[in-house]
Amino acid sequence: MAAEATLNNENSNSKPWGGGVSPFGISWGKMMMWFFLVSDAFTFSSLIIAYGAFRHRHTQVWPIANDVFTHFPFVHEHLPLAYVGLMTFILIMSSVTMVLAVDAGHRRDNRSVAIWMGLTIIGGFMFVGSQAWEWYNFITGTPKGALITNMGEVYRFPENAPSLHSGAHGHAAIPDWALISPDHKVISDKAEVERIKSISKPIKGANLVNNEYGHPLFADFFFFITGFHGFHVFSGVVINLIIFFNVLSGVYSRRGHYEHIEKTGLYWHFVDLVWVFVFTFFYLV
Amino acid sequence: MSEYHNHEMHGYYTGDIHNQFVPEHYDPKNRSVIWKTFWILLFITIGEVAIAFTSLSKELLMVIFIVLTIVKAYFIVAFFMHLKHEKLSLAYCILLPFILIVYLIAMSLTEANYLNVWDLIFK
Repeated sequence: MAAEATLNNENSNSKPWGGGVSPFGISWGKMMMWFFLVSDAFTFSSLIIAYGAFRHRHTQVWPIANDVFTHFPFVHEHLPLAYVGLMTFILIMSSVTMVLAVDAGHRRDNRSVAIWMGLTIIGGFMFVGSQAWEWYNFITGTPKGALITNMGEVYRFPENAPSLHSGAHGHAAIPDWALISPDHKVISDKAEVERIKSISKPIKGANLVNNEYGHPLFADFFFFITGFHGFHVFSGVVINLIIFFNVLSGVYSRRGHYEHIEKTGLYWHFVDLVWVFVFTFFYLV
Repeated sequence: MSEYHNHEMHGYYTGDIHNQFVPEHYDPKNRSVIWKTFWILLFITIGEVAIAFTSLSKELLMVIFIVLTIVKAYFIVAFFMHLKHEKLSLAYCILLPFILIVYLIAMSLTEANYLNVWDLIFK
């Protein structure tokens, strides 16, 4: 088929929409992948907008991400943004290897396609593993946990609110026995601290009901949105693996074109694109 | 003369049941564009993490982060997903529906802010 790859469109007329050829100049498969991604983008947009709406609704008591995601492997200090920055780098890097695989496909270079696809899959597994580690830390919580009152308000301990220690806020010396209120204020009145403790019970970690870092909706949206994204990454890795084995067994070199690499590539870049937005709205702002 | 009538066009047949002809234009400069895009995305991400710890006001940081996010999205869609080099009609079909998302953002956040104020008044 590929040998006679010149356009024979005797049935089409001269108009782009006249039939016989794609008016968009791409294959139907790529076009449908694009339209699937538009619908998927709408799903993610709705989720992130719902997150934004509830965050604005509870803006005073919304947890500060820099107090929540502070872990880095083998390091015991608070390092906000470092690990998620590394995860972002891994995903961007695997997007680059994916687009290099597409490029190699245009050159019909089967060996290069296999190498770049393999690296993309490794990057995908690294990202999914990092996401699992991030979930593990969020679910386990801090060693000391927090207090939840019978009204459902979460009071944290100063050691779990490192953002208040930074010089910019002028809270350099918070006493150990103080508490941090849900709206991020230091409560250092001893009688008030005792009163809160008397109506509270300890909680530890985050789940769909309780969240030691503050409002439970933060945990709900975190689990749902990063979980939905993580599942997209996982399915992307599975699809990439199938394509990778097809490349190894020479399916595409026999077919004469590597369009499948382009279609999975579009999906993979979309997963990267969604992460760019999740990174901004969960960790940065 | 329309390019649809070019009988010597480069490309391939999909080889499936539709056996559609797909035009193909390979540009050997692609790889340098890919790496340029990678460096841009990397520097923007490092920059975002770096300015998160400066003493800029929260509102200003939020605006900077959202603008940089849209810049990153542009580079991913235009160069990694290759949309910049697809036909304009396809790009419009893909991008214009997101006007509805802008509307949904405006509507949802207005409502949320209103409910927030409502809580403060009637708590």
